[in-house]
Amino acid sequence: MTVYLIRRLMQSVLVVWVMSLIVFLGVFAIGDPVEILIAPDADQIERERAIIALGLDKPLWEQYFIFVQNALRGDLGRSFVFNEPALRLILQRMPATLELAITATLFAVVIGIPLGLLAGLKPNAWYSRTIMAGSILGFSLPSFWVGLMLIMVFAVQLGWLPSTGRGETAMLGGIQWSFLTVNGLRHLVMPALNLSFFKVSLAIRLTRSGVRETILQDYVKFARAKGLSPTRVIGVHVLKNIMIPVVTVMGLELGSTIAFAVVTESVFAWPGMGKLIIDSIYVLDRPVIVAYLMIIVFMFIIINLVVDLTYSFLDPRVRLGESKA
Amino acid sequence: MTPPPAEGTIVAKPAATPAPDSEVQAETAPAAVRVETPLRRFIVDFCDSPLALFGLAVFAVIAFIAIFAPWISPQNPYDLAQLDIMDGRLEPGSQSMDGKTFYLGTDDQGRDMMSGIFYGLRISLLVGAGSALIALLVGTTLGLTAAFFGGRVDSVIMRIVDLQLSFPTILVALMILAILGKGIANVVLALVIVQWAYYARTVRGSALVERRREYIEAAQCLALPNRRILFRHLLPNCLPPLIVVGTMQVAHSISLEATLSFLGVGVPITEPSLGLLIANGFEYMLSGKYWISFYPGIALLVTIVSINLVGDHLRDVLNPRLQK
Amino acid sequence: MSLAAPASAAAAPAAVPATAAPPTLEVRGLRTHFFTRAGVVKAVDDVSFTVRKGKIMGLVGESGSGKTVTGFSVIGLVDPPGRIVDGEILFHGQNLARLSEEEMRKLRGNRIAMIFQDPMMTLNPVLRVDTQMIETVLAHEKVDKETARQRARDALGQVGIPSPDERLKSYPHQFSGGMRQRVAIAIALLHKPELIIADEPTTALDVTIQGQILFEVQKLCRDSGTSLMWITHDLSVVAGLADDICVMYAGRVVEKGTVDEVLDRPLHPYTRGLIGSVPSRNVRGKPLVQIPGMTPSLLNLPRGCAFRSRCPRADDACMSEPAITEPLPGREIRCVHPHLEGAA
Repeated sequence: MTVYLIRRLMQSVLVVWVMSLIVFLGVFAIGDPVEILIAPDADQIERERAIIALGLDKPLWEQYFIFVQNALRGDLGRSFVFNEPALRLILQRMPATLELAITATLFAVVIGIPLGLLAGLKPNAWYSRTIMAGSILGFSLPSFWVGLMLIMVFAVQLGWLPSTGRGETAMLGGIQWSFLTVNGLRHLVMPALNLSFFKVSLAIRLTRSGVRETILQDYVKFARAKGLSPTRVIGVHVLKNIMIPVVTVMGLELGSTIAFAVVTESVFAWPGMGKLIIDSIYVLDRPVIVAYLMIIVFMFIIINLVVDLTYSFLDPRVRLGESKA
Repeated sequence: MTPPPAEGTIVAKPAATPAPDSEVQAETAPAAVRVETPLRRFIVDFCDSPLALFGLAVFAVIAFIAIFAPWISPQNPYDLAQLDIMDGRLEPGSQSMDGKTFYLGTDDQGRDMMSGIFYGLRISLLVGAGSALIALLVGTTLGLTAAFFGGRVDSVIMRIVDLQLSFPTILVALMILAILGKGIANVVLALVIVQWAYYARTVRGSALVERRREYIEAAQCLALPNRRILFRHLLPNCLPPLIVVGTMQVAHSISLEATLSFLGVGVPITEPSLGLLIANGFEYMLSGKYWISFYPGIALLVTIVSINLVGDHLRDVLNPRLQK
Repeated sequence: MSLAAPASAAAAPAAVPATAAPPTLEVRGLRTHFFTRAGVVKAVDDVSFTVRKGKIMGLVGESGSGKTVTGFSVIGLVDPPGRIVDGEILFHGQNLARLSEEEMRKLRGNRIAMIFQDPMMTLNPVLRVDTQMIETVLAHEKVDKETARQRARDALGQVGIPSPDERLKSYPHQFSGGMRQRVAIAIALLHKPELIIADEPTTALDVTIQGQILFEVQKLCRDSGTSLMWITHDLSVVAGLADDICVMYAGRVVEKGTVDEVLDRPLHPYTRGLIGSVPSRNVRGKPLVQIPGMTPSLLNLPRGCAFRSRCPRADDACMSEPAITEPLPGREIRCVHPHLEGAA
């Protein structure tokens, strides 16, 4: 297990390194770094001084070295717009995004797995066909479009839910959360639902195909031959086997959920890191863009690691295989 | 909510046999003897699903609209001389100052929404299908190369694929556009970069299976050039999964382009795609002027769903595990 | 419904030589059909047999002969598109075919248990053995968990699993195939069932393990008076284990009787072929006897006797469906030309 962990960690470090190289080349070498890093209203002398101060006269490899050094110290540059360290700016917005993404994942599991189970157990029933048709929609509809429709129906036409912002928040562990207040929850529901739309479909499909495969297994028939109630056969014997792939994928998807929050946050004006990155792209606040990218890469690597470990925990066969390896 | 007339025009022609289908039929026609070619069986299987045929028919209509937009649109939405700001934000069905009917209403510039949607479809399909096609060419070539040569070539290409696929498409596309800026060419480039890896992985997977077959060995024994083995022998046998992925990716890239344009990092304002039309109408939606966003949205929806209906059934038909 | 249903079928309760005790299981005219897209598959078509109390009945046939489906029909686990379309399954006189799903569930694992063919597949890979055993106890009895665990432990000991306490906490993948099958048997024994249906439980195991398991099963039946329906394609297993035998071919019973009689003097050409196909020391060096041809597809069985195309004795008379006859006392067959030469 330890060997496995170390190997996985080394892979992760490698990916971070590769990504830092790509980001560096993309942002610092393709664009004009002077334009990016120096305030546009600076005069010629200031520019010269800044170029030397920033080390832009040095060869590219040395610049990269400095960039990595700073990054390792947690310094990813300062935002032009907010004149704050980019990293701090992003970390401030992160809880809002995490709150949204985790709620969406929760929705996906809570809505998707029961629906998938239903569709898998009675594949020819009308409601199963409806569920599956719905999941095709969930896969194919662009999420911003779904968000617009949600706003149009629930905010504009019916006036049930607010369409923008986080609403009232309450402090927990030094961070502001929306889910702690009723008003905040009302603000959270629609964006989270919107963000979960794709994941619900995914959970439905995974669960359904899992059910279809599992109920044909001998051990399910054996469980029935033992005289277990259908509830127990499905709830324990079938579901526990399905949960493994579904949980894995849902966990893996948390990263992509955070990434897709960019769209949802833009539609619902949710003040998370996704909204920040879009705003930063508009005004070309490149240090923020770089910082965001590096943080996302980092986050992805951690999520992948956690999911791998969860997987080995959930499936005893994997656990054994790894300890032998 | 009013039923969308945009869909009505599409639904009106389901009986007409879709054009792409008849083309395929024409290809098989010369075979005088009715042997069961894979293509013929594929067509028979495909026609099994009325839903997929319907999707194909709808898509044919959409493609027709996109291609012939300049000839069938009531107005040229890019020609400012044809616009009258006094016609701005009119409801669907209202009359313009000079007596024309705006079936789908107008936007804030007084642009006829129906014409805007027709032209927008053109851009969306061009960008979506175009980028999917380029990505297919790039990805297929690299995937075949990886599978055929194996060894270091394979591991380098597949590492890149893995790395690429471990990041969400939207994120990669966003970053590329953040660096390169707006523009149709940049969007296409971004979509190609995001998508090639899917094709590469698909093709490599099935090519690896095919490569072990004896006919490839035979071709190698005949000392045929690698290029010929790759494209004339290996590729045709990898086609079924490629067709499925390709179909799905066209829908995906149309959707992604719309998303990027909606976020304001996609196509420029001078050549609005469906996504940008929706974004333009977004601010008016909160005040109840739904049609500026709604109808482009419906057009986008119908396009994507019709392609997905076809793709979904293609997957069933071309699934080798089900062909026994 | 089958057009070729012989008139005598329904009226033929299996005549087993005088036994005082009423049979544990009596199946009469069972028909289980699968309604597939390609057509109706008559997997079990007019099957009747009896399992005597405390005895072992061997149900023999090639793969696809319907023996497994027969087993599933008895325990009520035939899944769609399959369905029992006709017949009676009398378990202590109670017709199981008429029971509701819930009533049937209460019998399953309790008074009727089943052991499956592949021990690698019958235990749920993600649940510990104790979970899978305790749930079986709790499904039929209201006892506390500790008592249930005690029962599970005893059952494991009973089937010869060493250090059952430790084994209870293991996952199935930590067991060998033979051990898993013992666990499955232990689960089947938990409620001391009156009938166990064993569907080729030793086929997937090594010969030595197979021998051990056969021995234990036989002992358990003797000790507890449990009746056993042993489904297999292996005549040599039946020869050493069973009391009665029932030979199936293409969804029908072609011959039945006591093991000694049937194996000593097979009347049906198919049974004869089967016995001849078993490799044995006596015929070393000679080419093995084989039954030519293949099992017919159940989708479109030929008219008349299903074995006709492979039978050396077939003639025009076989074109019509043979009825069940009893040419010798206690011996039922379904054949127009039985091997009666030299009979008394």
